[in-house]
Amino acid sequence: MSAASVIADWSAPNQERARRLLETYPEERSAVMPLLYLASLEHGYLTSAGMTQVAQLTGLTSAQVQSVASFYTMFKRDHVGRYLISVCTSISCYLLGADDVLAAVETETTARDGTTSVDGAFTVEHVECIGACGGAPAVQVNYELVEGVLPEKATALCKWLRETSPDVVMTDAMQKSFGGVRSFDWGIGEEQGAVAPVPAFGPYGSTGGESAR
Amino acid sequence: MSFPLILTERMTAHPADSHRLDRYEATGGYETLREALGAMKPEDILEQVKAANIQGRGGAAFPAGIKWGFLAPAEPRYLVINGDESEPGTFKDRQLLERDPHQLLEGAILTSFCIGANHAFIYIRGEYPKPARRVQQAVEAAYAKGYLGQNILGSGFDLDVTVHLGGGAYICGEETALLNSLEGQRGEPRLKPPFPAVEGLYAKPTIVNNVETISNIPWIVANGGDAYAAIGDVDSVGTRMFSLSGHLKKPGNYEVPMGLTWRELIYEVGGGIRDDRELKCWVPGGASAPWFVAEHLDTKVTKDDCARAGSMLGSGAVIVMDDTTNVVAAAHRIVKFFAHESCGQCTPCREGTTWLERILWRLLNGAGRPSDIDLLLDICDGISPGLAWPPRMTTICPLGPSAVSPITSIMTHFRDEVEAMIPGLQEVAHA
Ligand SMILES: Cc1cc2nc3c(=O)[nH]c(=O)nc-3n(C[C@H](O)[C@H](O)[C@H](O)COP(=O)(O)O)c2cc1C
Ligand code: FES
Repeated sequence: MSAASVIADWSAPNQERARRLLETYPEERSAVMPLLYLASLEHGYLTSAGMTQVAQLTGLTSAQVQSVASFYTMFKRDHVGRYLISVCTSISCYLLGADDVLAAVETETTARDGTTSVDGAFTVEHVECIGACGGAPAVQVNYELVEGVLPEKATALCKWLRETSPDVVMTDAMQKSFGGVRSFDWGIGEEQGAVAPVPAFGPYGSTGGESAR
Repeated sequence: MSFPLILTERMTAHPADSHRLDRYEATGGYETLREALGAMKPEDILEQVKAANIQGRGGAAFPAGIKWGFLAPAEPRYLVINGDESEPGTFKDRQLLERDPHQLLEGAILTSFCIGANHAFIYIRGEYPKPARRVQQAVEAAYAKGYLGQNILGSGFDLDVTVHLGGGAYICGEETALLNSLEGQRGEPRLKPPFPAVEGLYAKPTIVNNVETISNIPWIVANGGDAYAAIGDVDSVGTRMFSLSGHLKKPGNYEVPMGLTWRELIYEVGGGIRDDRELKCWVPGGASAPWFVAEHLDTKVTKDDCARAGSMLGSGAVIVMDDTTNVVAAAHRIVKFFAHESCGQCTPCREGTTWLERILWRLLNGAGRPSDIDLLLDICDGISPGLAWPPRMTTICPLGPSAVSPITSIMTHFRDEVEAMIPGLQEVAHA
């Protein structure tokens, strides 16, 4: 398969990002993961069409791209709610009550672990350690971290998301309102965050200010 | 205990903005690079790193200078910095990425100059978007100031840095899995040899080092390897970041010199056990490490002392459990992690970790069978023959044997608690 240079129905910024990504790596295939994030951003999650587009861009077959995508947990190949709530239930968070946090999140969102709420607002998942063990129990919203989230705070966080329906979720702002103990001093905050359940990393993810499609 | 803060001085002194370029430069940042590019040859840097005798901070504790010395002559060469940090209990690299990204970059440039790499990759786990944003901002600022790109500071040395985000897979922290992932493949470990220094990224000579390892390089080059080697203990030198979590009064990351005792690390640095309860046990070096109990409190926190006591410093993650802890449930959590993260290539790991998890689960739910203890140990033996330390392997990488650690730990230290969970077992045993 010969590589296409653009996917016409992607947004202009994402086309530009894809072009740059393909130039960044010594071999185009290395751009697969970042492109999978872009495709997820384009379609709301990683659809078959998205994987085919990534195959077109990198010159791989769709089967090769699917085989890569299915290896990782963050390429969601099914519908995801507007807010993906990931509750860490690994050892350090478990020791400080993570199972109760997960239960509180399930109750407030009406989404059981691994499912999406009927209104499409929330997908809830338990996840393995997210590197916030000193601030256990820890939760992420669209991969933006909040530390020291006791069950009541988790409930309040989900309520706030439903009621205010923020376009951008920002780690620093959420930590301030709903967080507690932190793994370390965060210093001055930033005003960046996620506009979709895709890690908000400028070169190929969502960041505040830009809208998801 | 007097020692320099090598990694965390800037973020300690300037907690608000230690991540910014202006702060970095105002506190001496990139001075070492400027001097080194002007006056040092790559061999000179290698000599200092060898003299420093710094052991890799990603888990295997292999001396960095020796690894760099193994580099094959072929070109191009690559530097890959491992920021996948996913070993449960570990969160130190997150702080180094987020709070002092320029320190890491200066280390990356010095290392790349030393090993002759013109392209460095920083692989950051996907669940770390903020650390990745901070590093990306630092990279852009460094390009703008001429610390990266073509002809760095007029030296004729070129370097590009690419920040790459993972996709949520612990196994990609294993260096060859990471390289496969970076090549756009499934993140499955490769057989070694060949080692990455000979055939790494795109089959070219590649040095893979942990974020903390590389963050130490500017200090080592500035102050000399001997100064570094003078800090800490005999076999493990320098300072190290420990991630303390669990039932402690003061969880968090702490940079301390090597060679404290566990008692000092847990009770002084970590503030002791919450509510002044009794310590039950702790995981000394990330979820893969066999656990320690009170009798190990006076063991020294060094590579060799921990190895002699049957465990390791691993990723520097210390997970402390007090006397309220159900150790079978805790072991189950850790085993569940490895079962989830097994890449599936090797049968003993893929099947074994899953079975271990299920058997522990039935124990926890009161459905354990008297034969389950032997069954657990038998499965462990299939993954790691002889249950020795350091573990023997039937697998390509050490993930499988890591799942054995919590099981041998509870069987060694808390067998009575395991037996008490199995209906009928103690009656049989005492009949
Ligand atoms: C299953 C597994 C997971 C690992 N995860 C990490 C990791 O997240 N970060 C890391 O730096 N090293 C990790 N390592 C160790 C790497 O394979 C490698 O030894 C290390 O990155 C080399 O850098 P260092 O010498 O500076 O420690 C892991 C190893 C294994 C077997
Ligand atoms: S165990 Fe939850 S963040 Fe590490």
